[in-house]
This record gives sequence, structure tokens and C-alpha cells, in this order.
Amino acid sequence: MSTIDANAVNNIAHLARLAVDNKHIPDLARDLTNILDLVEQMNQIDTQGIEPQAHPLDAKQRLRNDEVTEINQRELFMSIAPETEAGLYLVPKVIDAE
Amino acid sequence: MSTEWEVVIGLEVHVQLNTQSKIFSGAATAYGADPNTQACAIDLGMPGVLPVLNKEAVRKATLFGLSVDAEIAKHSVFARKNYFYPDLPKGYQISQYELPIVGKGHLDIVTDNGIKRIGITRAHLEEDAGKSLHEDFHGMTGIDLNRAGTPLLEIVSEPDMRSAAEAVSYLKTLHNLVTHLGICDGNMQEGSFRCDANVSIRPKGQQEFGTRTETKNVNSFRFVERAINYEIERQISVLEQGGTIDQATLLYDAAKNETRPMRSKEEANDYRYFPDPDLLPLALDDEWIESVRDTLPELPHEKRDRYQQAFGLSEYDASVLVANKALAHYFESALDNTQAPAKLVTNWVMGDLSGALNKASLDISESPVSAEQLAGLLDRIHDDTISSKIAKTVFEAMWNGEGDANAIIAAKGLQQVTDTGAIETIIDDVMAANPTQLEQYRSGKDKLFGFFVGQVMKQTQGKANPQQVNDLLKKKLSS
Repeated sequence: MSTIDANAVNNIAHLARLAVDNKHIPDLARDLTNILDLVEQMNQIDTQGIEPQAHPLDAKQRLRNDEVTEINQRELFMSIAPETEAGLYLVPKVIDAE
Repeated sequence: MSTEWEVVIGLEVHVQLNTQSKIFSGAATAYGADPNTQACAIDLGMPGVLPVLNKEAVRKATLFGLSVDAEIAKHSVFARKNYFYPDLPKGYQISQYELPIVGKGHLDIVTDNGIKRIGITRAHLEEDAGKSLHEDFHGMTGIDLNRAGTPLLEIVSEPDMRSAAEAVSYLKTLHNLVTHLGICDGNMQEGSFRCDANVSIRPKGQQEFGTRTETKNVNSFRFVERAINYEIERQISVLEQGGTIDQATLLYDAAKNETRPMRSKEEANDYRYFPDPDLLPLALDDEWIESVRDTLPELPHEKRDRYQQAFGLSEYDASVLVANKALAHYFESALDNTQAPAKLVTNWVMGDLSGALNKASLDISESPVSAEQLAGLLDRIHDDTISSKIAKTVFEAMWNGEGDANAIIAAKGLQQVTDTGAIETIIDDVMAANPTQLEQYRSGKDKLFGFFVGQVMKQTQGKANPQQVNDLLKKKLSS
């Protein structure tokens, strides 16, 4: 049985870029552990002979023809962006190499 | 005694499929458009949008799978690969994880030791990310999302390559294949064909792999070779000084010719894949897969077999010719236009022509000598109008744009002298002019035969038929 501790909560929050208040961490750890317990309970079910499903609907993906159907709506999309310049969205500097 | 190291290389290649529209939206994929004019609400990850898979991307991925003898999955699943980066607007990349569309296959490459079969682990469909422009926008980064959602086929090889040269050969073979199939434009400068190299080393004879590093996004064949060789040297030097290799993602800096760490793998690797609830599983049936198989063109390895069987070429010669679609086409046009045998055509295409192209850093498609022109030259060698030696002179003149072989031969008076009487006269003159050598030859100094051949060829400016000169000289000298 897996248990989620405070470190795991912090790590998950960091990966999801969520700010978690320290005082909520114990509650979150307990809730997440409960979820894993439920998964563990489901793991007890005999699923032999059952095809795994990647989607709750037993349907298959529809395909579209390869056609350009979208028009340029840059001005519209950029109207809700915090900062733009020369047709680019501007974001806080990201540096890959360091 | 120093350890002998074995290099282990596996490659991940991102091939941009040349569809008109994106993999999950109807936005255009054309390269070079104004920034963000080809990024629609779906590409931007706006709330409430639904991705719908592009049929042509599926067809192209299937075509690739069939061409490398891989199993095409009748059931494959799209998954979300979660990470945060500004050029990935949704916070996840739609990719395939556990059930990719293309399974295990293989690709034959040419190496110094002959043909080698490289395993292909899998190939999966995914969407490309946008581009970050790190030039200074008042201390900020500019984001262009035109590329976001461009269909990619990520082709993963087995760790089967043992040198940088083998890795480059694999890449060139793969590049030739995808352009040959018409599923990718192959433009490496524009990022249509990008490579990540996984490199590790181990003491020769050891079974288990060493710790590997991944060098990202190396975008030319030359840089791949340099980056891998740099990384091999670095790893050997670390291990020989008693250090250990850290699993890391590296960036290759072409200007400095070095690799350096990009980000720590622990964090980067926790992608928390899960099936994308917006996309249903992709189901393909046999009938559809077979209809794609019917459209397969003659594949490079089939062409190789045909060259061996129909034209009697060696496996190596045939492999080199088919490794480049344009070169194979050139070879076949030259062959179609000449009476000369395939072996002569092969020797010239792979020898003098390829040599001259290399020296001038030209691609076969830029050759100053067309296949038809080369065929014209080969005809004249074949019908003994000129010797192979003179042919090199004619080739050079053709290369310099002096016209067709026939015109050059006529203008420069290069026709081979095959008139027995004319050659005999010259031989008589040479014998008369060199009485000392003649006497020495006749008293047993056989080696001087070469001297006489040289003199006759000199008198005829190399135009006498060498075989005839030999025969006539032998007769005259011994009489």
C-alpha cells in the first residue's frame, strides 16, 4: 500500500506548478493516500479476460481530412495576452542552457 | 594498460510529416509564415476546444512503418506528456506512450564493414511544440506558436550503433527513406528532421550498458558526428580519471564544439503520461493498412536488390547508390542513355563524379555534368573512341561547362588513334630515336618495355589505344 507524505505532496505540487499552503499539506496527503487506497482496492478485482480501455467510451477516433480550415485570428488571440510584440507572445525569460 | 571502450549509440529522430494542416487542427503548417498567424485556438490550448486527428498524418506514419517492416498497431492510444514550458501552451504534449502506431522494425545501413541491420524500437505520432526566441525583448522571451501542432513521427532506434560514423549512416539512410516515401521534406535547416543521440560507453566485452547521456536536437549530419565524438571523448576521459557518468540531457554547442548539461533528468523525466481523454483510441483495420501498402514506392533496399540482380552490382556499390534518391535517379538515367555496361556507369558515378562533387561540396542534384552528358562520355569510352585516361580530361572539360563529350573530343582532337599504320609509324620513329634502349631491351632488359610504351603514348599525346600499342610494340621490338 502506498502512502503519500508531505514530500510527495510538495513534489506533485511543484510538477503541476500549484502553490500549496503548508497548512493544507497534511489534509492533501491524507486525501491522496485515500485515492491510492481506492486504486489498490480496484486492483483486487479479477480483470482477467477483460480488454483494457484507454477511454471510457467504447468508440474509435474519427479522422479529419488534411485540409487547412483555420484562418488567421492572431489579433483576436493576442487581445487577451498580457504582453505581445512583433507578433510574438512575450513571457518571462526562460533560459534553457543554464 | 588502458581499457578498450565500446561505444553504444541509439538515436531518436523527430520527423516532421509534410501535411498541409496540423495533426489535431485545421491550421496551416507552412514554414516561414509571420509569427502566430498559423496558430489557432486548438494549437493555443484554449478552453473548450477538441483535437481531431489528421488522417494524412496517420497514413504517413503507416507508410513509414510498412517501409521498415514494422507491425502497424491496429489499436493505438494518444497520451498526454505533461511538462511546463512556454512554447507548449497546453502544459502537455499530445504524444503516444504505451501503444504507439508503429512497432518493431529495422533499417539496413552501409558501414565500413559492409551492411549492418539497425533495429527500430518503435515510431509514434505526436505534436511539435512552438518556438522560443531568446533574443532580448526587454528581458523577456518571445513565443511563436506557428510550429505548435505540426505532426511529428518520432522514430526510436535500438542502441545498435557502435560509432559516430554508423550513427550518421543510419541518419542518412533514414533521411533518404522518409524523403523517398514523400512523408517529410527532409529540410534539416528548417527543423524538419531532428536528432537526439543517446550515447554511452562500456569496457569492450561487458554485457551491461554504461550510463547514457542524451544530446538534444542536433540538426546536421556533420554536427551529429562531431557531437557524438565529443561526447565519447568526454565520457572516456571522465571514466579513465575514475569519475562516473551522470545521466543527463545535453545541448550541443556547434560554435564551441562541446556538449553541456541542459536540465536535470530527474525532474524532466517525470512526465506523468496518461491517456488523453479528448482523443479516442486510433483503430486501423487490415483493409486500410493494405491499401496504404499498395502505395509504397520501390524502397531503397528493394532498389539495392534490383541493382545487384539486374545490373550485377556488388552489394556495397548498390547500397551506396540507393542511399541517396537523387544519386540513384542519376545512375539510372545515365544507364538508360548509354550503351556502356552498368559496371562502367557505376564506376564513373561513384568514382570521378562523386569525387568531383565532394571536392566542390555539391549535391548530386547540383552536378554541372548531367546524367545524359555523362552517358555520352561513357558511350565514347565503350566504343573505344577515347581511352579511360583521356575520358578524365573530357570529364573535366564537361565539368567546366565546355559542352558535351562529342563536342569536346572533336574540338580538342582527342579521338583515340586506332589506325594500326599510324601507330606503327610512331613506333618506328621511337625505335629509331632510342637505339641504346632498343639494344638493351633486345639483350634481355624486359623492363624497358614500359619505357617504349611511354614514349609512344607521349608522341600521341595519350591518344593511342593502349592495348594496340602494347600488341604492336611487342611485335616490332622482338622482330
